[in-house]
Amino acid sequence: MIEIERLNVVFGHRASLVHAVDDVSFRVDRGESFGLVGESGSGKSTVLRAIAGLVDDWTGGIAVAGEAQGKRRTLKFRREVQMVFQDPYGALHPRHTVDHILKEPLRIHDLDPSDERVVRTLEEVGLDESFRFRFPHQLSGGQRQRIAVARALIMEPSVLLLDEPTSALDVSIQAEVLNLLSRFRRERDLTFILVSHNLAVVSHMCERLAVMRQGKIVESLEIEQLRRHRPNHAYTQQLFQAAQGYSRDFVASIADDL
Amino acid sequence: MSVASSHPSSGLRGWLLADAPGTAFQARCQRAYLAWLVFRGNPIAMAGFIIIASLVLMALFAPWITGGNGLTQILSDRLLPPSGAHWLGTDQLGRDIFDRIVWGSRITLYIVGLVAVLVVPIGLAIGIVAGYSGGWIDQVLMRITDIFLAFPRLILALAFVAALGPGIENAVLAIALTTWSPYARISRAEALTIRNSEFILAARTQGASSFRILRSHVVPLCLSSVIVRLTLDMAGIILTAAGLGFLGLGAQPPSPEWGAMISTGRQYILDQWWVPTIPGLAILIVSLGFNLLGDGLRDVLDPKGGG
Amino acid sequence: MSEAPLLEVEDLHVTFHTPKGPVEAVRGVSFILGREKLGIVGESGSGKSQTGRAILGLMDRRAVVRAKTLRFAGTDLLTADAATMRRIRGAGISMILQDPKYSLNPVMSVGRQIAEAFLVHHKTTRQEARRRTLEILEAVRIRDPERVYRAYPHELSGGMGQRVMIAMMMIPEPEIIIADEPTSALDVTVSLQVLAILDDMVTRRGTGLILISHDLTLVASYCDRVLIMYAGRIMESCAADQLTNAEHPYTRGLLNCLPKIDEESESLPTLVRDPSWAADEVVDGGPAG
Repeated sequence: MIEIERLNVVFGHRASLVHAVDDVSFRVDRGESFGLVGESGSGKSTVLRAIAGLVDDWTGGIAVAGEAQGKRRTLKFRREVQMVFQDPYGALHPRHTVDHILKEPLRIHDLDPSDERVVRTLEEVGLDESFRFRFPHQLSGGQRQRIAVARALIMEPSVLLLDEPTSALDVSIQAEVLNLLSRFRRERDLTFILVSHNLAVVSHMCERLAVMRQGKIVESLEIEQLRRHRPNHAYTQQLFQAAQGYSRDFVASIADDL
Repeated sequence: MSVASSHPSSGLRGWLLADAPGTAFQARCQRAYLAWLVFRGNPIAMAGFIIIASLVLMALFAPWITGGNGLTQILSDRLLPPSGAHWLGTDQLGRDIFDRIVWGSRITLYIVGLVAVLVVPIGLAIGIVAGYSGGWIDQVLMRITDIFLAFPRLILALAFVAALGPGIENAVLAIALTTWSPYARISRAEALTIRNSEFILAARTQGASSFRILRSHVVPLCLSSVIVRLTLDMAGIILTAAGLGFLGLGAQPPSPEWGAMISTGRQYILDQWWVPTIPGLAILIVSLGFNLLGDGLRDVLDPKGGG
Repeated sequence: MSEAPLLEVEDLHVTFHTPKGPVEAVRGVSFILGREKLGIVGESGSGKSQTGRAILGLMDRRAVVRAKTLRFAGTDLLTADAATMRRIRGAGISMILQDPKYSLNPVMSVGRQIAEAFLVHHKTTRQEARRRTLEILEAVRIRDPERVYRAYPHELSGGMGQRVMIAMMMIPEPEIIIADEPTSALDVTVSLQVLAILDDMVTRRGTGLILISHDLTLVASYCDRVLIMYAGRIMESCAADQLTNAEHPYTRGLLNCLPKIDEESESLPTLVRDPSWAADEVVDGGPAG
């Protein structure tokens, strides 16, 4: 469904060049959920944005549903591939009501911006009609993220790119949003690429994952490998250990990157 | 967190404070109402608001307030001091000054309104396109903005009048051409800040065209700064228009434009001080009103305050 | 533990006056802090941050703080005057916040800021202050203290910035450190390293630490005791290693809805909020036996 071939993204000018994505290749099959894990600066979000067409300068191959993508994305692509962002407040326009936010994609793609469709979509993400005319600042973080998911799904795409969708949410809300996403994936046979720094979230949501560090993919593995504590690469093992919690011995053994 | 008590809400106030608005209209009214509550808490801003509201009311109800049109000359009543019959006295042609002030408010509002209508759309459009696009488009548009910024207002007005003849519209055009540049700057700054926000990125992933993004996403966020700037600029615009009027380049006699009134009345300042002074005071009060209003609006519309 | 507690909090209330009416952020919180690591865990809106700030008197103008007891090492914080509070802040009780960038002066080099903080609390020469600053930077495991000394806050990574904050805090040698989400913006490995430095301070200098966080796993593995807050109240108070045997349904609910690497499930259990929790009785938080 999605094929990334030797993707490279470089930011900056001569003096301060940042090789944000360095020769990254992977593929995701239709209906699969693929995780990209890494710490900050690993380039995982940049990969996602490059796929979404939000990055100007990239080299390599990006193919979705067999079609190679160039500098610009077509309207058809935009309907098929949608994205959910990390910051629930930042991803909704502060001056638009929920109703406006949900109708906008319909208007852009010349679909009927009917009230019924909006109300139905709201119900599907677990919010009732009373939310239709609220502004983002009147919503909690979890509610905002549900609107973001609703907005992404209202056009019935086949691929969802998720950039740390629950990192800014409380744990209990995270569970609800992750369940929501899982349910949609099952019901609509969606393909996911989920970016996160949280190994537990990725292992719950994904079947395969790739670990990134400083722009490169360090290791690709199946979730089963991760679950049985059998990652090969030392860095993956370090991430795995860190996810278990605090331990003095482990801290002493961390490869210092100061 | 728990709310320990809640206000009783019924009727209009309840509708405006309800948690879940039922229509887009209600939602917008609610936002406006809350902004109004903040505004109302600021006494200086309210003073400015009252002054400007009075100006608008005066202009609207001029025929009923004055019972005439401010142009009636009664030469036997020339240069009378303020009294019961003529609240602000009469001028050198026996016209009631109070009447002329009231009718002049229409001209003041006309000038200010016309300038605003010209300046805001042009400044906004150029600014947001420059800020959002970046690159050479930004450079070209900003250099054009700089060129217009360099024109001295009064001298350009003189040039216009020399070319096109005196009159309010030409004066307005001259003022507008030298006033729009800062608005482009302000809008550009806002657009630059917003450009990489996640909601803009989200709109792009939806497939929104740049035009739609600029119109629906960028403009609403620029409006606050622009409105505040406009209100604060009003005083300057009024003064410039009055200055042009004073030079005989704006409104022409017998039109009761305040600046022209000062000009034609200035020779009487020593013995019949009210003839030039009253219009001068009117200009002062209205300028002050706009400044206070602008300050108040800035407090309400400032993003940190929640606008 | 027979030593007098460092901090005593009894029945703390924090109320905000908003245009829509009074809002109680903290509703009757009580606990005692000794020379230990105490974790306060809660979701957003639980009142955990407000508790930390209320202790230091760093509240918003609109907030009202009341308590039966709010005592630090014998000094009553409720009735303390401004001068006493100024002395206590920094030298007695210190605070680290989430984003060091907001706490550091952006136009001054980091080393100079630390040195100035040093000079405020110790009367010595500038050279001595500089030497001590470099020492402190080494103590927080910064490998190249000279370079960091000359750097500006925006040139530092998140983890480095937090270490600098800790270094600044260490100078007046406070008795209590309140850390409000100090590692939320940091990568996990860096977080653990920063927490290790704080751990050192607790064990070597006998500092008391209050760690405020939303990360239950982290707090459970790091702290000695844990308080779980919800809707301004303490729902549960227990030793950290007893957390998995927690009794309160809120705590259990939180623990259950965490995704776990080793467990495979179609959907995560979700937290069902019982409205009675918002009206529950206060649970006292005292040191574990």
